[in-house]
Amino acid sequence: MSVRRLAEKQPSAFAFTAENLAWAKAQIAKYPLGRQRSAVIPLLWRAQQQCGGWLPQKAIEAVADMLGMAKIRALEVATFYTMFNLEPVGRFHVQLCGTTPCMLRGSEELKKALRRLIGKENRVSADGAFLWTEVECLGACVNAPMVQINADYYEDLTPETLTRIINDLSAGRTPKPGPQIDRCNSAPIGGESTLLDPSLYLGERRHPGEPLTDAEGKKSGEAANVHEAPMPRPPIANAPDPTRN
Amino acid sequence: MLADKDRIFRNLYGRHDWGFKGARARGAWDGTKAILQKGREALVSEMKASGQRGRGGAGFPTGLKWSFMPKQADDRPHYLVVNADESEPGTCKDREIMRHDPHLLIEGCLIAGAAMDARTCYIYIRGEFIRERERLEAAIAQAYEARLVGKNNIHGYDFDIVVHHGAGAYICGEETALLESLEGKKGMPRLKPPFPANMGLYGCPTTVNNVETIAQVPDIMRRGAAWFAGIGRPNNTGTKLFCISGHVERPCNVEEAMGIPLRELIEKHAGGVCGGWSNLLAVIPGGSSMPLVPAGADQADTLLMDFDGCRDKKSALGTAAVIVMDKSADIVKAMARISYFYKHETCGQCTPCREGMGWMWRVLTRMAEGRAHKREIDMLWEVTTQIEGHTICAFGDGAAWPVQGLIRHFRPEIERRIDEYTANPDAGGVLDPAATEAAE
Repeated sequence: MSVRRLAEKQPSAFAFTAENLAWAKAQIAKYPLGRQRSAVIPLLWRAQQQCGGWLPQKAIEAVADMLGMAKIRALEVATFYTMFNLEPVGRFHVQLCGTTPCMLRGSEELKKALRRLIGKENRVSADGAFLWTEVECLGACVNAPMVQINADYYEDLTPETLTRIINDLSAGRTPKPGPQIDRCNSAPIGGESTLLDPSLYLGERRHPGEPLTDAEGKKSGEAANVHEAPMPRPPIANAPDPTRN
Repeated sequence: MLADKDRIFRNLYGRHDWGFKGARARGAWDGTKAILQKGREALVSEMKASGQRGRGGAGFPTGLKWSFMPKQADDRPHYLVVNADESEPGTCKDREIMRHDPHLLIEGCLIAGAAMDARTCYIYIRGEFIRERERLEAAIAQAYEARLVGKNNIHGYDFDIVVHHGAGAYICGEETALLESLEGKKGMPRLKPPFPANMGLYGCPTTVNNVETIAQVPDIMRRGAAWFAGIGRPNNTGTKLFCISGHVERPCNVEEAMGIPLRELIEKHAGGVCGGWSNLLAVIPGGSSMPLVPAGADQADTLLMDFDGCRDKKSALGTAAVIVMDKSADIVKAMARISYFYKHETCGQCTPCREGMGWMWRVLTRMAEGRAHKREIDMLWEVTTQIEGHTICAFGDGAAWPVQGLIRHFRPEIERRIDEYTANPDAGGVLDPAATEAAE
C-alpha cells in the first residue's frame, strides 16, 4: 500500500467534453441496468486523459455524480488504483518497471539515466514535459528492462537507447515503441526456435497479395506522443444489424 | 521438444496477421457451431477429459471448475469472467495472446460461455495494457462484424463480450478482488465461501478463468481432449506458455509441452543461462510468488516444469514465468525487491499482510546489506508463517513463500553477509534509519 493524497492545487471545475460524454454513456450501457457503477474505472481513466494525465478532485466527483455513487466511493477507487495520478505528471509520464525481472537486467542503470535526464523521481521536469516514476511489474518481463511512456511500452532498453527516446520525445520526434533491439516482440533475440514449420501458415498463403495486418491494427505501432486514438466502438451498443444479411 | 503442429499459439510472436482473416487462416473459428451444438454437458466432460489445469497460477482443473456452475437455471444470469489482469512479476504470456492471437481468446470465451450457460463475458484486462486492450477491442469488433458473437449470431448462441479494464492493482488478479473491481469498488478480495460459482459478479453465478486457459479451449475442442491429454505427463497435461526472463542469453516467451525439464527449456529456447549452466545460482519457476529453486543436481538440474515437478522441489509452477538468476545476481537483494513489490501491492485488508509486507521488506533490505542479527533470520521465518494462511486471499501466501524459499536455500549467504558487516560495521549501525522507513 502507499499513501496517496489529492493534489493541493486543484482546478475549480470539471466537465467531460461532448465527445467524452457520449463515450462515457456508451461505457455505462455496457453494464447491466443498475450496475452503472462498474464503469467507474473506465470513466475515471477517461477523465484523467482529458485532464492531461492526472485526476483532479472535481473530476472524481463529477464521475461519482454521473454514476450515482457517493463521492467517497469514487474517491476510494481513485486513491486505491495506482494508475490514477492524483498530481500533474507532465506531458510524458515515464513509468520505469523496477521489479525483480527488470532489476536483474539493468533497470537500476535506467533509473540513473532517468535521474540524469529528467531529475528527481515524481517531479515534473522544469519544462513541464516529463515526470518519471518507478512502478511495479508492467508485464513485459522477457523484454526487460522496459519503460512505459504514456500508453506505449519501450522494451529491451539500455541507458543509451532510453536517452535517445527521451531526447526524441522532447524534440517532438516520434520514437518507435516496442523492442529497441533487433528482435520481433517476445521472440528470442536472433530468431525463433519454434513455429518454423511453414505448413502452419499455408492457409495464409491462399490469399496472395493481401496485406498481413489489418489496417486498424496500426494503432499499436504509433509512438507515445501521438494522442491515443478514439476507442473502438463499444460492442453491444453497436452490434451489427442481424437483419442485414 | 513439442512439434510445431502441436502448438496452439501459432502467432505468438506477432509475425502474422492478428485479425479475423489471419486467425481464420490459422484455423480459428473453424467448426465452432458444431462444437457448441455438442451441448453443455459434453463440453464440460471434454474439458475434464483433456485434464487441462488452470493456467493462471493455482492450477485448478478447468473442467471441474466449469462443472460447479449451477445446473438448474434460476432467474440470475451466469457470467464468464476472463482474468487478463496479468501482473505477476515474470509473467507476460497473456499479453501476447491478446495482441497477437485475440481470436483464439474470443472463440474460447464463446465455447466456455456455452459450457456454463453464460450469455455475457467480461474480459478484465490490466490497465497498463492500453495497446493490447485496443487490439482486443478491435478483434472483438471484427467478431461482432462477422456475426460470430453478439445477438443472433451465426452460431445460434447469443453471447456478448465486454472488455473492462483495471487501473494498476496487482491484487485484482485474485478472482474475488477482480469481481469487486469489476463492480466498481476497491479491489479487496472477498471471503470464500460463498464461491463465485454461486455468488460472483453482481451476486450471480460466475466463473473466472485465465486468458491462456480460455484461449486453449478452441484447440482442445477441435483436436479433441485425447490430443491435449497426450502431451505432457498425467495430471499435468497439455502445452503451456513459458516466459523465460532474467539472466539468460535470449529471454523469450515460448510454448512448450508441460513437464519439459528446466534445463532443456532454457538451453533450447532461451540460449542458455548467461555464462553457462554451471553459472546458474537459482531459478524462480513460476512467477515471483513461488519459492526459488537453487542450482544443484537434486534441484534445478532435475526440475520438471509442470505442477507436480515443481511441487517436488518445494516450489510451484504458478504462471510458468521462469526468472533465472546467475551467480552475478544479488539473491537477497532480488528477494528484497520482490518483497517491496508485495509491500506496494497489498490491498491492506488483512492485518498480517498489510503490516507483514512492510516488515519483511525492511528486514530483507537490511539483510541484503548484512545489517541484521542472525536471530532475525528465524524471526523472519516465523513472521512468514504468521502471514501464510492467515489472510483472506492467497496474496499473503504468495508473498511469504519467496522469503521462505530464500531462507530455506540461502541461509548461509545471509549469515555470511551478517558476519561480514559485523566484522566491519559502519556508523549507521544495524538498524540504519535509511532502511527502516515507515511502512506506507
